[in-house]
Amino acid sequence: MANPDFQGREYPATAPYSVGREKIREFADAVGAADPAHHDLVAARGLGYPDLVAPPTFAVVIAQRAEGQYVSDPEAGIDFSRVVHADERFTHHRPIVAGDELVTVLHVDSVTSRGPLSMVTTRCEIFAAGATAPGELVATVTSTLAVRGEDA
Amino acid sequence: MTAHTEQTEARPAGTRPRLADLAVGDEIGTRTIEFDRSRLVRYAGASGDLNRIHWDQAFAEGVGLPGVIAHGMLTMGSVVGLVTEWAGDPGAVVDYATRFSRPVPVPADGVATVEVSGKIGAVDADAGTVRVDLTVTFEGAKVLMKTQAVVRLDA
Repeated sequence: MANPDFQGREYPATAPYSVGREKIREFADAVGAADPAHHDLVAARGLGYPDLVAPPTFAVVIAQRAEGQYVSDPEAGIDFSRVVHADERFTHHRPIVAGDELVTVLHVDSVTSRGPLSMVTTRCEIFAAGATAPGELVATVTSTLAVRGEDA
Repeated sequence: MTAHTEQTEARPAGTRPRLADLAVGDEIGTRTIEFDRSRLVRYAGASGDLNRIHWDQAFAEGVGLPGVIAHGMLTMGSVVGLVTEWAGDPGAVVDYATRFSRPVPVPADGVATVEVSGKIGAVDADAGTVRVDLTVTFEGAKVLMKTQAVVRLDA
């Protein structure tokens, strides 16, 4: 069962994630996103972006790294082989583009259990990396996992 | 598969949908998406989600699944292409959310076929956005619920 003591926890900002052009192209190909703004600099700049634009769910790559701090902590009580993804939300305060250096602050918003089933909701606040502290808020990724207990 | 287009010209602004032309209930189109096992492996590598239930048949069955299933995030990430191509600007999606309701099993040979359709669920003229509601099905049953993308458009 997920450990309720983790509710409300906030983690320190992660090390910066460098958004690369080839990573955007690779992710776009993986989800079948053929829009030229993911692949072609001229097309991206034609839409007013400084560089290749990430697909709408690209931020999961960054969020998942940050969530690992929590879900792989043995104290958290989350057996990943019994996890089912329940909900996901991306809020883009501005699009992620190649060249971004992003840091993530992970929050554990909710840990609830009913019988053998636990629900945990995490929120990743993704910021532009600043010199001394996180800068502009770029994206928010909220994820809810259902964790089945041994007898569920 | 999924070779990217060689198109390099920016689309003329006039071809993008405009807020003033849209009303609740308008349909934005449909799309059919096929997932095979190699697509799942490709997404696993690109996303960093290496969970074995998406590529190891015996492991998936051992945890009570019907077999290898697509990443929910692969389905979520693929179906939004209908919205971004309609909008003509993938950076115009300011909010995108879904609930995962059923797994999509992907056979060892052949493909799993997911159908997606979209219609306008709300128009917010003050915010300059529309909400596109997606219906996503596999073998006639919904695999995603409450799949909503908020898109910023010119008036």
